[in-house]
Amino acid sequence: MTTQIGNDLLLALPEIVLALAALSLLLTGTFFGRAKAGSLLWICVVAIAFAALYIVFTFSTREIAFNGLFVVEPFGNFMKLLVLLGAGLAMVLSYDFMQRERMALFEFPVLLLLATLGMVLMVSSNDLISLYMGLELQSLALYVVAAIRRDSLKSSEAGLKYFVLGALSSGMLLYGASMIYGFAGTTSFNGLGQVFTQMSAMGEMPELGLIVGLVFLLAGLCFKISAVPFHMWTPDVYEGAPTAVTAFFAAAPKVAAFALLMRVLLDPFIGLLVQWQQIIVAVSILSMVLGAFAAIGQANIKRLMAYSSIGHVGYALVGLAAGTEDAAVSVMVYLAIYLVMTLGTFACILTMRRDGRLVEGIDDLRGLFSTQPMLAVALSILMFSLAGIPPLAGFIAKLYVFEAAVRAGLYTLTVIGVLSSAVAAFYYLRIVKLMWFDEAGSPLDKKMPREVGLVIATTSLAMVVLVAIPDPLTSGAAAAAASLFGK
Amino acid sequence: MPEAIGLSHYLVVAAILFTLGIFGIFLNRKNVIVILMSIELMLLAVNINLVAFSTHLGDLVGQVFAMFILTVAAAEAAIGLAILVVYFRNRRSIAVEDINMMKG
Repeated sequence: MTTQIGNDLLLALPEIVLALAALSLLLTGTFFGRAKAGSLLWICVVAIAFAALYIVFTFSTREIAFNGLFVVEPFGNFMKLLVLLGAGLAMVLSYDFMQRERMALFEFPVLLLLATLGMVLMVSSNDLISLYMGLELQSLALYVVAAIRRDSLKSSEAGLKYFVLGALSSGMLLYGASMIYGFAGTTSFNGLGQVFTQMSAMGEMPELGLIVGLVFLLAGLCFKISAVPFHMWTPDVYEGAPTAVTAFFAAAPKVAAFALLMRVLLDPFIGLLVQWQQIIVAVSILSMVLGAFAAIGQANIKRLMAYSSIGHVGYALVGLAAGTEDAAVSVMVYLAIYLVMTLGTFACILTMRRDGRLVEGIDDLRGLFSTQPMLAVALSILMFSLAGIPPLAGFIAKLYVFEAAVRAGLYTLTVIGVLSSAVAAFYYLRIVKLMWFDEAGSPLDKKMPREVGLVIATTSLAMVVLVAIPDPLTSGAAAAAASLFGK
Repeated sequence: MPEAIGLSHYLVVAAILFTLGIFGIFLNRKNVIVILMSIELMLLAVNINLVAFSTHLGDLVGQVFAMFILTVAAAEAAIGLAILVVYFRNRRSIAVEDINMMKG
């Protein structure tokens, strides 16, 4: 028989491994300096792979640890696997970038690992305090990573903007948390859940202070997932940050913040569904529409991907607005597919070099099919999937989400979603047209690092394979949603 | 005899400080340092809220939360100033209207 603390530590083993790896790599880095930055990155990937494997093997554990601050259940495990996959792949992608772009700093992999640790912790949080600590560990590491190119004005400006708006959002989140604590009398999610179920059982209206708290908390979380009207940092940070860092930003932190939003709204706050549903519907509509229209005029592909990610967050919020168990499954499937699509696209963007220098214009892809047919085919598959064109995975993801919304009776939301995804298809298809039918200008470099090519191949294949064999993904998401709804 | 200071007074002070912090971020056209101060003001307003609720409820969790926020606020200020120094070296200015490399 193990003691309580021993059991708690065992439950948090993936987090502990990541933390110890980050600390020991920081020490190693300070001793050996910059020369070993590349190998530190691979050690980080190994630590992440270990954490992911441990989670796979203990997937169905359901326990609460550390006096209710930390929860381990299939929902958290599913989301943690997505986060670790996103972070691990983004690290693999950044290896070559680090070497070639004068970014071989040992701090870079360590900060990415710390950010990953923060994301995993916030996915597992079961209390407003642990939620805040996880979120801040992630954000503080990411602020620095955005500004990691110290000599670049764009990168430092991206870091500064991200810091100011991120700190503002944490402030709003905290203000919301303090109001919720004051009016509900507890910060624990289980305690909050009890308070709200009692309230709805007695037929009482929640106090104004609680609603104010909920709104501020939602505003803070919407900043982190970059949903409209809290999206203004996204395009600038995506454009200004080094491309490998943008690839990291676009995948794992989004999924982690979305997991947090789902956990907060669908677990303790499910009793206040009527109150938060309108907010989520409004935010979702705004995000989808802005994501569709604002991306049309963009010439920089990183900026375009920023608006694209805003739109995709809107589609995922459609599922969240429904607030039912099968809607939660659809959101998780959506996030998983979005993660893979985005990383694949960023892998393609990372290969865009002319004479060894990175280029970021959409026009630079002109005539790609005639020079690099394989890359053009892979990027076209990813673009079709992002646009949601059948029979690719992106279509299945949208179908699930809209189906769940229709079942919950959110017809207006669904119609707007379908229309805006039709508008959004325009700019994805424009990229495909540029690659296949336009005259080539001066061609892009053909040399591609092996690991980046591998990521492009697997992600674009996954867009097809996930449609044919959806099983481990859908059954995992179903188990995760069941645990979130306490079954 | 004036009315005793109760929970609502603390909440009003905190709400005013918090609003000042938000306005300080959005209305300020001069200096990024002022933005950093505004962020600090927001976090301190939250702390007042938490401590007031904590004594009102007779529950220690709020004060523990406030301690955590103080610690994180210190780390946040350090990182913010570091990024600001890096920015200043590149741009030779920390005026808010000069942060305009990227737009659209």
